[in-house]
Amino acid sequence: MADRSIFDEMNGQDGQGRAAYDVLQDWLKSAPTELLERRRAEAELLFRKVGITFAVYGNAEAEERLIPFDIIPRILSGREWSRLSQGLEQRVTALNMFLKDIYGAREILRAGIVPEELVYQNPYYRPQMNGLSLRGGVYVQVAGVDVVRVDDEDFYVLEDNLRTPSGVSYMLENREVMLRLFPDLMAMQRIRPIENYVNELLATLKSVAPEGSNRPTVVVLTPGSLNSAYYEHSFLADRMGVELVEGRDLFVRDEVVYMRTTQGPKRVDVIYSRIDDDFLDPLVFRSDSALGVPGLIAAYRAGNVTIANAPGTGVADDKAMYSYVPDIVRFYTGEEPILKNVPTWRCREPDALKYVTDNLHELVVKEVNGSGGYGMLVGPHATREARDEFRRRVLDRPDNYIAQPTLALSTSPIFTQNGLAPRHVDLRPFVLSGADRVRLVPGGLTRVALTEGSLVVNSSQGGGTKDTWVLSE
Amino acid sequence: MLSRDADSLYWLSRYVERAENTARILDVAYRMASMPISYNGVDTNEWESALITASALQGFRALYDEVTPENVIDYLAFSEANPSSIQGCFDTARQNARSVRGALTSEMWESINSAWLDLRRFKSQTLQVEDLPRFLNLVKETSLRYDGSALRTMLRNDAYWFSRLGVYIERADNTARVLDVKYHVLLPKDSEVGGGIDYYQWAAILRSVSALVSYQWVYHQNLRPWLVADLLILREEMPRSLAACYAALSRHLDDISERYGTSGNAQRMARAAHARLTNRTIEDIFQHGLHEFLEDFITENSRLGVAITNQYLG
Repeated sequence: MADRSIFDEMNGQDGQGRAAYDVLQDWLKSAPTELLERRRAEAELLFRKVGITFAVYGNAEAEERLIPFDIIPRILSGREWSRLSQGLEQRVTALNMFLKDIYGAREILRAGIVPEELVYQNPYYRPQMNGLSLRGGVYVQVAGVDVVRVDDEDFYVLEDNLRTPSGVSYMLENREVMLRLFPDLMAMQRIRPIENYVNELLATLKSVAPEGSNRPTVVVLTPGSLNSAYYEHSFLADRMGVELVEGRDLFVRDEVVYMRTTQGPKRVDVIYSRIDDDFLDPLVFRSDSALGVPGLIAAYRAGNVTIANAPGTGVADDKAMYSYVPDIVRFYTGEEPILKNVPTWRCREPDALKYVTDNLHELVVKEVNGSGGYGMLVGPHATREARDEFRRRVLDRPDNYIAQPTLALSTSPIFTQNGLAPRHVDLRPFVLSGADRVRLVPGGLTRVALTEGSLVVNSSQGGGTKDTWVLSE
Repeated sequence: MLSRDADSLYWLSRYVERAENTARILDVAYRMASMPISYNGVDTNEWESALITASALQGFRALYDEVTPENVIDYLAFSEANPSSIQGCFDTARQNARSVRGALTSEMWESINSAWLDLRRFKSQTLQVEDLPRFLNLVKETSLRYDGSALRTMLRNDAYWFSRLGVYIERADNTARVLDVKYHVLLPKDSEVGGGIDYYQWAAILRSVSALVSYQWVYHQNLRPWLVADLLILREEMPRSLAACYAALSRHLDDISERYGTSGNAQRMARAAHARLTNRTIEDIFQHGLHEFLEDFITENSRLGVAITNQYLG
């Protein structure tokens, strides 16, 4: 059975069972294992058929893999979600104000809350953004904030993901598959729907269209079909009923962006970009980029097109800046942060560096700009050699690393060949910020580390996903 | 719609159609080759005509020394060196489908994706010649399913029309090639087929375009060479005939120009070619030379393909 010291989403800390899971627990007791086995096989078939796959970088063999799906849902009570969603709205709103500030008046730097060099020396800082006034002051239209918990009380934010967060298509497909596989179980309780996500996304994108475009044309910009998240790009474009474009489908004339259509050029007002800033415009950023659109940034600066998320948002979501977010929330909202931060040692500070290198065996060390579970060390699970190697890397470039305690992440049961077994989970809710308001659909993408004891939930590192249910209050 | 998406749809349909046509060609070669020599005649090499029909002889010769059933099957069905091999067609079709997922209905995508997964299980090295029909059936069923889901599930808008244009350009090309490869057996005017070699050759031509039974329904008489040509060139009720393909091409091009409010070169070319087919008689065609007629047709057909690309897909 589960380690008693680890909080389990279904069973709680003491194995008593938590109220949100009552219906599921009863149902599981009466459901024969063969039924679950059969439904799991059906789920795999469904995913295979619709072709939801993702590419794994550096793995030519498994060019297209299914992201593993677990059929046992992760459930949040209405009360839990209401607190979590307030916290998310508060945090993302503050981060948007922060971005507007550092590309504008820079009050937070003058107030000495955030060190200047963390902004100016940040590889994601984009001086081209200085002095621009964005619609509604929104820089991050779509955030995918990773949260975890260690007990009944608090949610901790692990990462803010303010650039091009992905995974929302899995959230939506997981729900569709669950509705097909477990209609009976789902009818037994009031689960809040999430299917309106794409409508909310489109409304958000339209709300930030340039002034004066009354029926704005929205497109999704993808690096192309070889990108690991391509499925999601095409899924979102399809569900929103907008074009999925690559850089070569767009061109700029007189600071206006057009796409090439069978009826000639058509003006584009809002670009939901799933390309890294670096590749957006070879005239401004990386000149070797074949993915981008020459002149795009000039059109953007002229206010003729909206790019969502805005270039330069990465400055607010690297792991060094992360440790300042609670202060950022306080500075702009005047409120205490509802969501907690994981305590973070910034290796750029000498005391912290010493502590980190002395205690690698109990810390998680991350590259400041890393993502996807690459370039990180999970101290307690690493070999001595791996730790020594990482220590050298940290000492070599301390400012490139932060460290955090190894959290006892909560677990949630998954269905295995030997019945239910607890595995560590996180949650990525998606926060949509428009010029009019913030929109959230209840839940998010639950990612689960399928290997027993593993804390890494990234799909590129063998993680899977689950449907996430938020119950009506 | 995006020009790149229209282009992907057009080629997606062409490649699915091409895979089906190649499957039909192999099917006929397989049937003919498995006939006793006394039926089939000694001097025909069915596997070689399969290569010629698929316009693959040159590419084949560069890779293999000998025209054997195994080599031809390998090249036309599996070879990675042949972009028009059946598996090559499905690789390209699926790539195109992936890049226009949004413009496809889920039924269309599933037909391509599941065929691609299924077909990858067949390998050239392990396929016995006797297993060939099963493989070919799967290909033909996929094409039917793809076509059927397009007909039954797609919105009637430009995405649909561009995908249909791909089908008919490819199909017209194939029917013309099937006829051209066999034109020498079609030559004897008015002679009735007595059995033996000719009968099977002509039956094979009809079978390769699923028209053997249709022939009887249209003409109510024994196979006559000119009538075979008439059926496959001029009869609009015959769905794979050149006339039927051009009726569809000019109709769908008109659909597009009506929706867009402008028409161009592609519309004019398709209409003219269609008119040439409706105003001809088969006697006339034979008098001027069937082979020359078919050669010209194949050239004109590919010119129309280029015109469509220039006008919409570039």
